[in-house]
Amino acid sequence: MSSTIERGYLRRKWINKVMLCLSSIAAGLAIFMVALILGYTLIHGISYLNLDLLTQAAKPVGEAGGGMRNEIFGTLILVGLGSIIALPIGLLAGIFLSEYASPKVAATVRFMADILAGVPSIVIGVFVYAIMVRPMHTYSALSGGVALAMIMIPVVARTAEESLRLVPNSMREAALALGITRWRAVIGVIIPGALTGIITGVMLAVARIAGETAPLLFTALGSQFGVQGLLKPIGALPLQIFKYAMSPYKSEQQQAWAGAFLLVILVLGISILVRWISNRKHI
Amino acid sequence: MAMKRNTANPVTPGLAGNQRSSHRFGFSDRIFSNTTLVFAMVIAALLVGLVIILVKDAMPAITRFGFSFITSSTWDPVKEIYGALPAIYGTLLSSAIGLLIAVPISLGAAIFLVELSPRWLQGPASFIIEMLAAIPSVIIGLWGIFVLVPVVRSPIESWLGKNLGGLPLFQGPPFGVGFLAAGIILAIMILPIITAVSRDAIRAVPNEQREAMFALGATRWEMINKAVLPYCRSGIIGGIILGLGRALGETMAVTMVIGNSYKLTPSLFSPGNTIASTIASQFGEASAGVSVGSLIELALILFGVTLLVNIVARTLVWRMTSMKAAKK
Repeated sequence: MSSTIERGYLRRKWINKVMLCLSSIAAGLAIFMVALILGYTLIHGISYLNLDLLTQAAKPVGEAGGGMRNEIFGTLILVGLGSIIALPIGLLAGIFLSEYASPKVAATVRFMADILAGVPSIVIGVFVYAIMVRPMHTYSALSGGVALAMIMIPVVARTAEESLRLVPNSMREAALALGITRWRAVIGVIIPGALTGIITGVMLAVARIAGETAPLLFTALGSQFGVQGLLKPIGALPLQIFKYAMSPYKSEQQQAWAGAFLLVILVLGISILVRWISNRKHI
Repeated sequence: MAMKRNTANPVTPGLAGNQRSSHRFGFSDRIFSNTTLVFAMVIAALLVGLVIILVKDAMPAITRFGFSFITSSTWDPVKEIYGALPAIYGTLLSSAIGLLIAVPISLGAAIFLVELSPRWLQGPASFIIEMLAAIPSVIIGLWGIFVLVPVVRSPIESWLGKNLGGLPLFQGPPFGVGFLAAGIILAIMILPIITAVSRDAIRAVPNEQREAMFALGATRWEMINKAVLPYCRSGIIGGIILGLGRALGETMAVTMVIGNSYKLTPSLFSPGNTIASTIASQFGEASAGVSVGSLIELALILFGVTLLVNIVARTLVWRMTSMKAAKK
């Protein structure tokens, strides 16, 4: 009798050990995958990194040498354009959600923002192609910026709203009690109180769009002629990495890795910086 | 919340005597609040515009092919006959492989992070896993082409073919690129979101649940399995469905490793296509009305499916978080 209880107990202990072990292995595996991808990209990328990559334009197909100067510049322009369009819309929409909307309206707009954030980025690319590229009869930097902005807007709006909500109501009441108008209270008191959170959200959104490729495929398109203006096609770092990754030429594949190194440093640099900022806030 | 509503229409005491300035203040306030309203409506307009434009531009294909667009498996730009079945099949198949691999790993990792990990490790480990979500998809794809695909070809597919070759799933030559590679890439890409949502769901389970189970003499695993996981089931399922939404719409990394071949086959080793990869690889060459219309109809289908999936996921996750809020 006691031996069957003993055996049952042993079995339960054994199952316990195995399952907990598996769970730890799963976590280890997840972390290992991150290390594998990041480590390989960084180590492989840095070995092909050279000054030419930053200072030279791309060479014609198959020719060795050349760099990604124009594409790096193009990415900065596209991200800048996206941010210029998305920041005012996202921030003001966030202010509306947190400060002015009635609960029902807020829930509806918030839901729509979440849906927009979940739309696959390739679909956004197709949409911007239909509303801008086709009527204007040209691929353009501007349409690329609009596509990136569409990805950025819901992210900025939602993080701005959440940061504004964290500002205690007593601050709002204190500001209004001083007799200032509501909009001055929002701009002078409430936004400064939520600034860290808002900046964090904006930076994460910038990091996200800097690496986007799919929405640029049929909007910015890429360009062999460098940056020619906002109404002409423009290259971008992720687009060029994609192109070179699929290329049969060794020299182009190596440049893809070097470009990937730059992009990872940019994107993860922002993420780590953001974490550092938001950690500092809590101290 | 109630406080906030009250401040929406502030009476401005002390200004009552000064009609002009109170009027001016009210006016400037109205301008500002209406401006924020207009910008918030931009979000709604974008979403509605997206649906209208996609439907309108897909019309040439919708009227020409009707329902057969979904059931036909030809994609022939020369004869201008387009059917989406292989792309839909490829999307579902690669996402299913992705979920099959990612769900157990994510759940295990989430359980580890909340229930087993020492406190000092929780933050850094979570951060490292979440970093995976920040890596641009084109870089995952680059890594996929040069690191993952050779590994998939040689030990994985050749082993599966040798030992489980009887199943139609594992027949055919090991190409490396194909559904299996795409599924593994998707698993890597959705792992962080499923882990993060499940971790938050598990963390939201009240400690009384755990203590009660321990008091009954349960082992730690029995506690997790019987008292924690059932309690936060809807949150975890929500996370899994959110991951599914990501997998369905993922474009670049999948396009780079799936091999872009438009066919319907049960073999996981075969190159294939997804909806997103078909759009990405064909859109540049499409010119005429029907070919562009067909690709836009594909985009519309993708939009509709991810919309549905995301709504279900949001509802589940939202229910969990509101339950937690009610507890507090």
